[in-house]
Amino acid sequence: MTDIIVIGGGVTGCAIARELSRRDWKVTVLERASDVCEGTSKANSGIVHGGFDAAPGSRKAALNVEGSRMMEALSRELDFPYKRNGSLVLSFDEKDRPLLQRLYDQGQQNGVEGLEILEAEQVRRLEPEVSENVVAALHAPSGGIVCPFGLTIALAENAAVNGVEFRLNTEVERIEKLEEGYRLITNRGIFRSAVVVNAAGVYADRFHNMVSAEKIRIIPRKGEYCLMDKKVGDYVSHTLFQLPTKFGKGVLVTPTVHGNLLAGPTAVDVGDPESVDTTPQGLEEVLKRAGLSVRALPARQIITSFAGLRAHEEQGDFVLGQPDDAPGFFDAAGIESPGLTCAPAIGRYIAQEVAGYLPAAEKKDFIAVRKGIPNMETAGPEERKRLIEENPAYAKVICRCELVTEGEILDAIHRPLGATTLDGIKRRTRAGMGRCQAGFCAPGTVEILARELGKDMGEICKNEPGSRFLTGYDKDGVTAAEKTNGQCM
Amino acid sequence: MGSACKVHGWVERMRVDLVIIGGGPAGLAAAIAAREAGIENLVILERDARLGGILNQCIHNGFGLHTFKEELTGPEYAGRYIEKVREMKIPYRLDTIVIDLGETQEDCADHGEEAGRVNGESGGRRSAAEGVREQSRGGRARKLVTAMSRKDGLYTIEAEAVILAMGCRERPRGALNIPGYRPAGIYSAGTAQRYVNMEGRMPGREVVILGSGDIGLIMARRMTLEGAKVKLVAELMPYSGGLKRNIVQCLDDYGIPLRLRTTVVNIKGKERVEAVVVAKVDENSRPIPGTEEEIPCDTLLLSCGLIPENELSGKLGLAMNPATNGPLVNESLETGVPGVFACGNVLHVHDLVDYVSEEAAQAGRKAASYLQGNLPKPQEEIPVRVGKGVRYTVPGAVDVRRMGETQLIRFRVDNVYRDKNLEVCLNGKPVSSRRKRMLAPGEMEQVVLRKADLEGVLDLREISLQIVD
Repeated sequence: MTDIIVIGGGVTGCAIARELSRRDWKVTVLERASDVCEGTSKANSGIVHGGFDAAPGSRKAALNVEGSRMMEALSRELDFPYKRNGSLVLSFDEKDRPLLQRLYDQGQQNGVEGLEILEAEQVRRLEPEVSENVVAALHAPSGGIVCPFGLTIALAENAAVNGVEFRLNTEVERIEKLEEGYRLITNRGIFRSAVVVNAAGVYADRFHNMVSAEKIRIIPRKGEYCLMDKKVGDYVSHTLFQLPTKFGKGVLVTPTVHGNLLAGPTAVDVGDPESVDTTPQGLEEVLKRAGLSVRALPARQIITSFAGLRAHEEQGDFVLGQPDDAPGFFDAAGIESPGLTCAPAIGRYIAQEVAGYLPAAEKKDFIAVRKGIPNMETAGPEERKRLIEENPAYAKVICRCELVTEGEILDAIHRPLGATTLDGIKRRTRAGMGRCQAGFCAPGTVEILARELGKDMGEICKNEPGSRFLTGYDKDGVTAAEKTNGQCM
Repeated sequence: MGSACKVHGWVERMRVDLVIIGGGPAGLAAAIAAREAGIENLVILERDARLGGILNQCIHNGFGLHTFKEELTGPEYAGRYIEKVREMKIPYRLDTIVIDLGETQEDCADHGEEAGRVNGESGGRRSAAEGVREQSRGGRARKLVTAMSRKDGLYTIEAEAVILAMGCRERPRGALNIPGYRPAGIYSAGTAQRYVNMEGRMPGREVVILGSGDIGLIMARRMTLEGAKVKLVAELMPYSGGLKRNIVQCLDDYGIPLRLRTTVVNIKGKERVEAVVVAKVDENSRPIPGTEEEIPCDTLLLSCGLIPENELSGKLGLAMNPATNGPLVNESLETGVPGVFACGNVLHVHDLVDYVSEEAAQAGRKAASYLQGNLPKPQEEIPVRVGKGVRYTVPGAVDVRRMGETQLIRFRVDNVYRDKNLEVCLNGKPVSSRRKRMLAPGEMEQVVLRKADLEGVLDLREISLQIVD
């Protein structure tokens, strides 16, 4: 029996877990994947939205502005990459000015600071590469970019340090409402708790509907992206949104906080909550639409493409808090964009709600600060020297595209909630995220993982247990007859 | 090795005449040639744990037919050069990665101090001998090579000359923008080669290979020999990107089908590859709807081209050739920055290692000339232009006064040509023509220019190569 079970180790679940870890509760996070940050949180735009986009009065609007305001301080407290680069919503048609004005007014109502409407010339001064067709733009200086993995993992690690238990590879199959509390049947046994927090992303409707008669419906909405080489990461400096055009809802072009250039996402409702595959149509659409924002999108510099699923609730707003007929069951459902921005504020909100239901004292020994993995690529000469003197493994480069050293990989494995998979290393250190996409570093990373985890290289997975990197030894498939026939030299 | 100062137990700064970045076939041959030409104070920096570069995982034979007139395996071929490097006591540093490349300011009064200022530390005084040597070279800017390794920490080498020999990398799935899932089981052919040949591990059992570059062809055979089933090699182009001999010896001999004008349009499988969907493509390389075929497999190997690894060259701001993705060089294989030379696959992707060695040796000799003050600054570089049918040439310019009696021009063609003439033109006028039975993009070609011919043309402005009927 535990006090609180959080279903889902994405950015929402981890933000909630961290806020819950401030009080004297026993908290367990159940995550079906082999690591945190394996769902929507790993495949999104990485944008900290200003907050002008959400309808005034909605939960999205309030939490967006709050989350955006929290992000900078949180990035210092938990040491994850964040940058306030500002955003521009581009308008391509004089006729759309009322739309731009409406966004501006909406932003004012939501409490977004510093908004201004810029004329074409002013836009070009800020962003020389914007398309000739831009006639005006809404400038939101409070907009930012964040590392979605960095944020999620930082929240999770800090929660773990403060006593939250993370059960990975644990998939909730059924939830039963008891006289007091809930029983969760999983692939790894039965869990009981007084409180359940539902942060299950595209699966959140299933769990909600197991305990409440007020049904909700999550529609997975696919977004495809193309990521470009750091060589062209400074092609634009602001996040460039588009006003919806006759071609449909716009896509963005933005630098990432790590210095790549990102274009996307598309928006297509899909039935399958697992369909994170990219499609020819989707990728083509990304390039076509992103091409409207800038003079010449450097599409030749694409290093990878990916797709994520937004957890879109059909009513269009976040579903937060207890359904009337399920006390002790707290939803954090329908968390689509600007969900990443809102996560810290959602965490705070849910923790307050839970405290109202199940009072607990604040911990005196809560550790608010977390130090991230050192980053040799961004470190200055003195910091590099210091790290190498501390541990020469920081001079041994494993991933040369992103300059990730063995020291960083060792840290990623051995810290709280450490990495156990290739993707886990990638999201914590960036090894394999560069232009060669792990061609060179994968063997080195696999070797270090195997050594440090006391496993055979053949057991190391890309992510989930079915994703082994190697399938066996040379000659395994060669029959004895073939060997003696000498067909196998 | 040069003058050095020690801080924290590690050498933080040293001086050498020549730094060679990369200890693969190019770096080794360049180092040997430079030493043979009299350069004593040089060092090879190699990022791997051993010298030899990619040859170490190329355990098939066929290397060295031109150089040694015998068929060697990759490690054997590398071994010949490594032995020589050891015999000649050429210093090298392993497990060493170069993380930055820069220059001191040119023509400054005291290079020692200037160099020190760049990195915010004292550079130490120069010896008298160094001063004299420097004067004879006209006070040229020095190169600053920042490197690190577990053994030596982080340090900067001041060098008079640098040879870039970093090789190339494989084009990944992302660069091809293949749609589908992103499961385990998608490898570049070279990564698979490393697993199979160096670790004795199989990356998969049922294999589809996209791209018919040489590594892909070699891996089709290797995977088959090691017990995997290679179901198909798909090639987007109407011709293979690899050597003819590899198609015969690696595919035909094992009954592995090669489908031209075919590509992968979808990857299935959420955790591990379960199938790939291939389709025919039209003349614009766009998949033709209705031609899709799903092929069950657990592995997709990619052999879709090699990209010279020039991220370091970018730090020097070298002018690049978009056709090769390598730096632009002149007849001496010297880049736009005097004293910085390039050779091997970092310059342009070669088909045979023999040519890499040959080219690298030239770079080594030219770097030696530069260091000895025998390579005048380029004054009149005549551009080598690509005419019809030619994709690129290396070098891209020739200074007639700096060239030898003859000058080798390497090039690749842009398509398959049969029974055509390769024509060399000076100022647009054909001066030589050679019948070629067969020209293919997968095979590197070469032509020799004679100094006498070039000098014979009044007001030479342009050299060009073209393929004509």
